[in-house]
Amino acid sequence: MSLQDRLTELRDQGLADIKSADVLKKVNQVKVDLLGKKGPITEVLHGMRDLTPEERPKVGAYANEVRDKLQAAIDHRRDELEQAAVNKQLVAETLDVTLPGRQVPQGQPHVITQIITELEDLFIGMGYQIVDGDEVEEDYYNFERLNLPKDHPARDMQDTFYITKDVLLRTQTSADQPRSLENHDFSKGPLKVLSPGRVYRRDTDDATHSHQFHQIEGLVVDKHITMADLKGTLTLVANELFGDQFEVRLRPSYFPFTEPSVEADVTCFNCNGKGCAICKQTGWIEVLGAGMVHPHVLEMSGIDPEVYGGFAFGLGPDRFAMLKYGVDDIRNFYLNDVRFLSQFYKKG
Amino acid sequence: MRISYAWLRDYLKLDLPADELAEKIERTAVEVDGVIRPSEGLKKVVVGHVLECVPHPNSDHLHICQVDVGEADPIQIVCGAPNVAAGQMVIVALPNSWIGGHTKIKRSKMRGEVSNGMLCALDELGFDEKLVPKEVADGIFILPADATPGEPVFSYLGMDDEIIDMSVTPNRGDMLSMNGTAHELAAIYDQTPTMPKVDLTEDAADLADDDLNITVQADEQAVPQYKMRLIKHVTIKPSPLWLQIRIWNAGMRPINNVVDATNYILMQYGQPLHAFDFDQLDAGQVNVRFAKAGEQLTTLDGEERDLLATDLVICSNDKPICLAGTMGGLATEVTDQTTSIALESAIFDAVKIRKTAHNHNLHSEASMRYERGIDHGATEKALDAAAAMIAKLGNGTVTSGVVVGRDEDVKPVEVAITLTRINHVLGTDLSLDTVSDLFKRLDFPTTVTDDTFNVTVPSRRWDIHIPADLIEEVARLYGYDNLPSTLPTGQPTIGKLNETQQAIRDARKLMESAGLTQAISYSLTTDSKARAFALHASDVTTLDFPMSSERTTLRLSLIAGLLDDLAYNNARKEQDVALYEQGRVFFSQPEQVRPKEVEHLAGAITGSMVKTAWDTAATPVDFYQIKGIVAGYLKSLALVDPISYVATTAHAEMHPGRTADIYVGDQLVGFVGQIHPTTAKAYKIRETYAFELDLAALIALPKARQQYQPISKFPSITRDVAMLIDDTVTNADIVALIHDKGGAHLQDVHLFDLYNGKHVPEGKKSLAYTLTYQDQAATLVDEDVTKAFDKVLSALTEDLGAEIR
Ligand SMILES: [Zn+2]
Repeated sequence: MSLQDRLTELRDQGLADIKSADVLKKVNQVKVDLLGKKGPITEVLHGMRDLTPEERPKVGAYANEVRDKLQAAIDHRRDELEQAAVNKQLVAETLDVTLPGRQVPQGQPHVITQIITELEDLFIGMGYQIVDGDEVEEDYYNFERLNLPKDHPARDMQDTFYITKDVLLRTQTSADQPRSLENHDFSKGPLKVLSPGRVYRRDTDDATHSHQFHQIEGLVVDKHITMADLKGTLTLVANELFGDQFEVRLRPSYFPFTEPSVEADVTCFNCNGKGCAICKQTGWIEVLGAGMVHPHVLEMSGIDPEVYGGFAFGLGPDRFAMLKYGVDDIRNFYLNDVRFLSQFYKKG
Repeated sequence: MRISYAWLRDYLKLDLPADELAEKIERTAVEVDGVIRPSEGLKKVVVGHVLECVPHPNSDHLHICQVDVGEADPIQIVCGAPNVAAGQMVIVALPNSWIGGHTKIKRSKMRGEVSNGMLCALDELGFDEKLVPKEVADGIFILPADATPGEPVFSYLGMDDEIIDMSVTPNRGDMLSMNGTAHELAAIYDQTPTMPKVDLTEDAADLADDDLNITVQADEQAVPQYKMRLIKHVTIKPSPLWLQIRIWNAGMRPINNVVDATNYILMQYGQPLHAFDFDQLDAGQVNVRFAKAGEQLTTLDGEERDLLATDLVICSNDKPICLAGTMGGLATEVTDQTTSIALESAIFDAVKIRKTAHNHNLHSEASMRYERGIDHGATEKALDAAAAMIAKLGNGTVTSGVVVGRDEDVKPVEVAITLTRINHVLGTDLSLDTVSDLFKRLDFPTTVTDDTFNVTVPSRRWDIHIPADLIEEVARLYGYDNLPSTLPTGQPTIGKLNETQQAIRDARKLMESAGLTQAISYSLTTDSKARAFALHASDVTTLDFPMSSERTTLRLSLIAGLLDDLAYNNARKEQDVALYEQGRVFFSQPEQVRPKEVEHLAGAITGSMVKTAWDTAATPVDFYQIKGIVAGYLKSLALVDPISYVATTAHAEMHPGRTADIYVGDQLVGFVGQIHPTTAKAYKIRETYAFELDLAALIALPKARQQYQPISKFPSITRDVAMLIDDTVTNADIVALIHDKGGAHLQDVHLFDLYNGKHVPEGKKSLAYTLTYQDQAATLVDEDVTKAFDKVLSALTEDLGAEIR
């Protein structure tokens, strides 16, 4: 048998052995047996001494070819077996991915805070400052400076908790606006403020009344602020809270600190304006009160109403939340039942 | 104010649907609560003629009636009303008809006799009991004799009318009358209203002055006008049906011709009137003054009232007979025996009437109008109209002349405004003609000079004084829908949260990511809860007149409110609750009228923050879990001064062995610990841990200037030490000592084990720490670390009596 034939035989035998090796160990054994220093191929190469100088390079090249082929077959088989072993392990490690994940404690903001934050961000984007007034206020700021002198009939609209004759729990966050007005330096630009916060009214708590609730009031004063600007701003607020598919209408109203005064209604989102129980069959839902700042309010803060003017608006996040989420009892906001609080995800 | 559409048609040509009219009023003038249709839901209720009426054989009160309902044959109806009689025109609910209260009437048998329907009283048609005239309250209603049998009854009772229920704002008192509303609608629809004419005939021979004399002692501010007329030979009787209909459709009860006439004129002119029985006056003498302390008056409702010095009263010979503008007195009430009427038309000060109405809890149609103001130019016209009407309805005569106790010179208000100003404020581009036309529609005489409108505002619109008021008139009549929609222009401003606002938002976010849900509790609570958990000693701020004993006092801590929330949840079987609140507490300040409002942050946790699940066991909250949350938050603030937790027994509501005061440097900023079991029991909550932090103080404290620390290129070396030590030695003591003796390269001390269970002697505990050494500039030499570590070990042994293991 020629050396070449011998090599062919070794190759075929070797490839068969490699193929049949079913564990890594066997593959390694085949490698040692075939390609080792004392293996048959080495032996063949030793036999080349007896060949002619012409034959030697041919057989040598063939021997290398066989060795490479076998090495490649061993590597391939080894990969195959390793891959199979990994696959087997992966199968064994398979989980029920539908089992719940491990809990990480996670709290969430109160629904009222969500609404306030959303509106704060909207107005910050339009260049407003956020103002936090005091909750205990003087009658003078809460009422008189807002054009509600003592004995004004409109005071009946806001039954008040008094601490002393002259000190009260604020009934409106606009109680801080006279201070904003008198402290503002108009040479540095317009006054644009938003005052969110807690307010109090002397009401008996029931499904639709709460002695504590929230308000967000805005005020803009500059040399040329128009009622059209107010309309545009209110439309933006309504769209932010309820979506822009709804219509906004303004209608006359009365607030002592604004003239003209308006109320803003939004198309009832529940019935799309057809009329339902939520909108009391009117197709509209009242969401905001607003108006152009009354000249007396500006005058009392030392601002010339001939030169400056502005608008003010106010809305109730509690009422918004009730409308938006169909909450039927305002007390839910202050009882803090976790089954209630956990229902409102951000931007719901 | 209820506005009858039928009545409105006396003034204006209106044929649009009531809903459209209501919407127009709402968009242009005042809010509308709804349109009332009295016949809504009623069906097959017709006029019937009682042909025959005989007693029921098996009953002592029922009657069997044969009733012509416009069909070929009369129908038999059994009726229990005491006033039913043959010959009457009555209200018949036919079989399968619908009457008030969504009630269906069916053919039935009553004690053996067939009844094909029902004869109805007004309240059975859905009339409010308060509106049904007293004389027909106990029986069926008798329709006029000329009614046609078989026709629906609604037109005979004014039930086919549509009534617009307006909610009038305090500034639009002028719309609390038909005349005012008609003027408003005339402006809206650009019509000229037909106003009511007064047709008064006086008895020239009989001078009112001869019988009636008036003195007004109260000042001109309190009583600017006081006038009376005297009507004689009046017969008191029920009003004709047309008047009763107008009265009940306006939401009032028909009483008699005189009272109904005053109410009708009140509705028409908005001028409250009061009719006195002249013969009950003392010699025709009337005087108007403030009441004196101790005086009493029995009002029409039968109440004996103690008068206050702020009450304006009408007197006769100085004896109070009427609470001015609010309610009449019983003694001078118009009764069936009355023949002469002293009729008052006056103006009283809004504030005075408001006080009287409030103090006596007497809110009437009259007081409501006085509080909002009334037309100073119409008192006499209304008085004449009412006198004429009373004379006509009661076949009486009006004596000659008005008796004037006080009068004033009423001048219209002149207001000037430029077109430029109107457009500047509204953001519009209205023309001179457009605005002129609006003033013309309002019927405000106006002259135009260049750009300026000089507007004469009639007394019927007393709400208008200043240019801004005219801008409102223009805006609403022009229509808010027609205004452009823009955003403010002008110098741009930067909007952003200030440092405190940002820090508050950050605090909330951190609490939520730590697993606490935001609560908003009540700021007002009981006195004892308000004082509980106060971080600093302070007096409380208390309401002057609280509504309930539960809400009297402003809180000094947030924890107390959170515990109420926990109790609410625990009572509803929610045992795992983790809440935080961020809000104000109110420390009273001596010498200051207002308390100091301080932002606080507090948390309260009960149960487990993680529920038992398929692979997790619930771990009930403990001190160290809530402390970890607090520490994590404080770390996020990057405070310059060190934070320390000092065991405290100072908070009575907290567990004395499980509470720490929290200091930053030497400033107390809060506390954390377990709620005292006794307190927990009182609040009806389970084991609870809580913290309260002075958020304002934390925000104000100096923050570390954050700077990059190079990460050492050289390896660190660690050494572990385990020791047995007395229970009384705290972790803080040990860590402080290790840091003190640790040498320059000690970087970190980490407690990795604490054990005081089995195999640890009584009064001892076993602690184990890892000490990490590192040099920024060089590789540490093992021997140097060992030397430094040995120093720590000997200090622990010598200074703290530790037994190193
Ligand atoms: Zn609706």
